[in-house]
Amino acid sequence: MMWELIAANRRKSFLLFAGMAALLLSLGYFIGEATIGQGGGGWIGVIIATAVWVIMSAASVFGGPELVLKMSHAREVTPDVAPQLFNVVEEMKVAAGLPRMPKIYIIDEKAPNAFATGLKPEDSSIAVTAGLITRLNRDELQGVIAHETSHIMNRDAQFLTLASIMLGSIVLISQVFLRGMWYSGGGASRRYRRKDSGSGGGGGAAIVLVAAIVLAILGPLFARLLYLSISRKREYLADACAVQLTRYPDGLASALEKISENDAPLDVANKVTAPMFIADPLALKGVNVSGWSSTHPPMSERIAILRAMSQGASLVSYEHAFAKATGKPSRLIPASALKADKDIAVRGPHPDVVKEQSEKQEARDVMDLMRAVNGYAFLVCACGLKIKVPPDMKETEIKCPRCGRANQIPRAQVSEFAQVAAAVGALVGSQTPASAGDIPFAQPVADAPGPQQPLEYHRRTPGEWETFACSCGHTLQLSPIFSAAQMKCPHCGTITRIS
Amino acid sequence: MGAAALIFLAIIAVAVFAFVGMYNSLVQLRNRVKNAWSQIDVQLKRRHDLIPNLVETAKGYMTHERETLTAITDARSRAMGAGTVQDKGAAEAQLSGAISRFMVTVENYPDLKANQNFLALQEELTSTENKISFARQAYNDAVLFFNNKIEMFPSNVIAGMFNFRPQEFFEVEDATQREAPKVSFQR
Repeated sequence: MMWELIAANRRKSFLLFAGMAALLLSLGYFIGEATIGQGGGGWIGVIIATAVWVIMSAASVFGGPELVLKMSHAREVTPDVAPQLFNVVEEMKVAAGLPRMPKIYIIDEKAPNAFATGLKPEDSSIAVTAGLITRLNRDELQGVIAHETSHIMNRDAQFLTLASIMLGSIVLISQVFLRGMWYSGGGASRRYRRKDSGSGGGGGAAIVLVAAIVLAILGPLFARLLYLSISRKREYLADACAVQLTRYPDGLASALEKISENDAPLDVANKVTAPMFIADPLALKGVNVSGWSSTHPPMSERIAILRAMSQGASLVSYEHAFAKATGKPSRLIPASALKADKDIAVRGPHPDVVKEQSEKQEARDVMDLMRAVNGYAFLVCACGLKIKVPPDMKETEIKCPRCGRANQIPRAQVSEFAQVAAAVGALVGSQTPASAGDIPFAQPVADAPGPQQPLEYHRRTPGEWETFACSCGHTLQLSPIFSAAQMKCPHCGTITRIS
Repeated sequence: MGAAALIFLAIIAVAVFAFVGMYNSLVQLRNRVKNAWSQIDVQLKRRHDLIPNLVETAKGYMTHERETLTAITDARSRAMGAGTVQDKGAAEAQLSGAISRFMVTVENYPDLKANQNFLALQEELTSTENKISFARQAYNDAVLFFNNKIEMFPSNVIAGMFNFRPQEFFEVEDATQREAPKVSFQR
């Protein structure tokens, strides 16, 4: 159940937040002890750390969401500008039971992407790029909006903002301390200690100093890893919730496919705003980020999980699909939420989308016909992709652009029956193999160097364009409606039986 | 004696807090169900408001389809008069059926399909149908959660004491009527 999930999420956020706060305060304490002096210094450090954190959070809580929208050059739009977008957002608002309609922003960029921001569900915003609206169909748009709505519902924007402020404070304090140490050659502490009457406590101070340095170096690292792992989990969770809202995993899956196919850079995204987007805009730019240091889970994995969800749209189904696609349990969703979950059926695609897809298929068929006329070869790879081979391609083998499998351009085979017949024919001394009588256009045997052997080709995908090579090397096309029993090579005139 | 009394008092305090917390969460859940129901109502009203306009626009073009149009109008007034959750579910399902039959007949009237006013109405209707089904989905989720809480220990004790009743689901009997009418809008 989603409600339980939200409650569990809140508890986890609180724990994590408390952990980061403890880290920040102990960092402040030890740095204070090391620089200002033992005794009261630690507490002054704690006060300074708290002050840094309060100032930073105040700045971002009061201006954060607006600032993010401004940084992304997002402009608020009205329903008459993008009626479908508004309808889809309202549908998701109803499905998620949000108290108020999120404000809608458009970013004038080609790269398809989207993000949600806002500290409370009552006051939230969704921003999408212009490229997203033009490229996605209704179901895909619904999937993306559902993902963003889930972020709002789960208060992820709030959590990410607060956690990143905490992270920022930790980084800031450690940096100031370490730089200070570096430039003064560790003198900062010595200077203060000398004021401290300088007698005794040298060993204890050294230990405190080492502890402060270790914390200042490891603290930001640790906090960052914690933040990143939570950020990735939230993305998976938002995917799971999005499917539960729309009851249609394929919509989000194909939206993610389209987004990851994109290679236009999203110029308005930067390191600060990148974690908020549905797909990491920096990773899409081609920067190869490894698993644990990225804010988003790998796109291919997210798509694979969604594509594996054919049985149901519930959180349990997502959990199963996660295990199937990645080979490990997700541990995303608390057991209490899973237990109370019921099976939810997946719905079919939207009628408009079906129509659009059949129109697209028609367009593809026309393109295939044009290619066939122009001598292209067609190969159906085992992964399902139809490879189109240009006529000037000389190799007999081609690599599938999607899965990398090597595919051989099929050749017409000498049929076994004909082989036997030819052998018998040679033995008896008769002039033609028995089967040649069936073929009216067979060339006289006298022209051929040996007994002419009829060629045979087994169709692999009836009803699709198919290509094979004649014995002379010339490629022959079989159209989807081809139904004759044989085909004559226009190049050398050899007849091939089709079965 | 002092220690025992303190422990006793602490136990009582914890029990009272748990009691209050559970009671409040039940009230909150019931309100969530009510709120979800009012969301469905909002969307259904929107559909009811759209229908007179739709029929009015179509009337001029569909002179031979009196029955289809009256079926919609009748289904609408029945749905508006329905009281209980179950009656409402049945009546609204009937209305959905009438609308989808109407949409099929529209295909035979190219003049009507070219009418800008009608196209805008049609688009509005598609989105409203979607919203109705999403609102129903949210309502049923809220009801399921509430009913689970009422049946499960320990909140069932409090539910029994304060007379929290399980709520009805908004089901659509006929599986074919579950789908929103296939409204195809041209682009």
